[in-house]
Amino acid sequence: MKALRRALRNRYDLYLLLLIPLAWYILFQYVPMYGLQIAFRRFNPSLGITASPWVGTLYFRQFFNSYYFESLLVNTLVLSIYQMALGFPIPIVLALLINEVRIKPLQKAVQNITYIPYFLSIVVIVSMLDLFSDPSYGLFNKLGALLGAAPQDYITRAQYFRPLYVFSGVWQNMGFNSVIYIAALTAIDPQLYEAASIDGASRLRKIWHISLPGILPTIVILFIMRIGSLMNVGFEKVLLMQNPVNMTTSDVISTFIYRNGIQKGQFSYSAAVGIFNSLINLILLVGANALSRKVTHSSLW
Amino acid sequence: MVIHKAHTSRIRQSMGDNLFDAVVNVVAVLVMLLVLIPLIFVVAASFSDPDRVLRGEVFLWPKGFTLEPYKMVFENQDIWLSYRNTIFYTVAGTAINIFMTILAAYPLSRRDLEGRRFFTLIILFTMYFNGGLIPTYLLVRDLNMDNTIWAILIPAAISTYNLIVAKTFFENSIPHEIYESAFLDGCSNARMLVAIVLPLSKAIIAVLVLYYGVAHWNSYFSALVYLRDKELFPLQIVLRDILLLGQTEQLGSNDVGMGEKIKMAEAIKYSVIVISSAPVLALYPFVQKYFVQGVMIGAVKG
Repeated sequence: MKALRRALRNRYDLYLLLLIPLAWYILFQYVPMYGLQIAFRRFNPSLGITASPWVGTLYFRQFFNSYYFESLLVNTLVLSIYQMALGFPIPIVLALLINEVRIKPLQKAVQNITYIPYFLSIVVIVSMLDLFSDPSYGLFNKLGALLGAAPQDYITRAQYFRPLYVFSGVWQNMGFNSVIYIAALTAIDPQLYEAASIDGASRLRKIWHISLPGILPTIVILFIMRIGSLMNVGFEKVLLMQNPVNMTTSDVISTFIYRNGIQKGQFSYSAAVGIFNSLINLILLVGANALSRKVTHSSLW
Repeated sequence: MVIHKAHTSRIRQSMGDNLFDAVVNVVAVLVMLLVLIPLIFVVAASFSDPDRVLRGEVFLWPKGFTLEPYKMVFENQDIWLSYRNTIFYTVAGTAINIFMTILAAYPLSRRDLEGRRFFTLIILFTMYFNGGLIPTYLLVRDLNMDNTIWAILIPAAISTYNLIVAKTFFENSIPHEIYESAFLDGCSNARMLVAIVLPLSKAIIAVLVLYYGVAHWNSYFSALVYLRDKELFPLQIVLRDILLLGQTEQLGSNDVGMGEKIKMAEAIKYSVIVISSAPVLALYPFVQKYFVQGVMIGAVKG
């Protein structure tokens, strides 16, 4: 048996298979990481990355001292926390709701219908927001009129950017994000529910004392991962929703990087802003993980 | 056991639980309507007389049924070209994705692979930290891939999340003993992939095709960053131009007035949304089973 294992190990063809994807990881993941050093250099395309002059933390200081630093940071964090405050618990509630529906066809219908929007592209979602915002005939304004609200072009108003972004995200993703909790709920031992019924527990009490604790480990793991990407707002969607009027609330760090880096060619400066963004993410992730290991004894690593 | 059952059913009939059931069902129906109404509205508007859409008469059923907006979209060259491009990017891109993902996931799932933990760590690390937009953009430019189809296909060749899902599937569903007995029969490790692993992995391949395929179909950002030639644009870029930037001048014949043109420009937006989303949504009922399966496999790993 041991000899067999060793022989298997000696087969090099597994490494040959792995070589191609590994080469891809080095070229498209690790070479860009090496390229991040342009954040500390005044990048000159004709000199290349390593020959460009070293400027230390100049670009970082420039960013921290800029007049827009605070508003970019605030916009990013507020949007992200807003999104998390609704986008994280709602799929859990939806999963518990679906789990409680006792009419099988209705249960199936809710589950299958709620994750249809997940398949729509971001361009389509933002276009729908745009069409629904039309002051004269948009769906939002028709519904608003029922409530007695004056018609407005919601998507161009700075104060509506965040709610539109967050609620459309919830609408699109709640079904998909609830699937993982539904899976965790079906794994709970039915005997626990039976025992609770015998003790006379109501349905609500069973949710509170059996269902929720049963999916708590899943909730914790997903929450840590979510914290670790707090600074990553749905960049592509923000970019599509942006217009000159709503920039005061819609300009976030990642769209700033795109505008200055790709569109204006300030590569070094944008790379520095990118590093700042990733570092905060990494610190949040490690922090959340450590906290969770202490408090709940479950963690990512 | 029998006693227990009688017991639970009596408790379930209590007033409180009946009320609870009623509330749950009502909320479930409301959630369903909340998701469906915007979708039905778009479809209804796409088949309606543009005048009546613009007057706000359409809600959940077409008013003044017409196929005129669809005819205009079908006559648009840009949309057709980009539709063809997107089909190409989706098919070729997904094929590359599946090839690369399995090539990495299979060796990494083999418990007898020396250095497995190290290689997995190298790959996992990129999920939490990576070079980001600017260095990747510069790399693609240095490789002379920008403004070619390769910029769409190659930098997105592997999604680490999907790779982990595939690796977990191989680990859990293909027993190690199979490899050992195949080895005794003189089968090479590479042949085991084709002869043993792939035939047992239809479910995970379906999941990967679905995840990667939908991502390619809906992707617009890499095209926005890397492509400049109109002939290479995928559907989502043309959609953005028409739907969000309002570039609809090229639509419609020249023998209609300005007001008519503006009206049609608004009207076709709904049909453009339907036409661009239809293929993915039409496929959905068939792959729905695999889609949930994929989430479950991913959930094992957290």
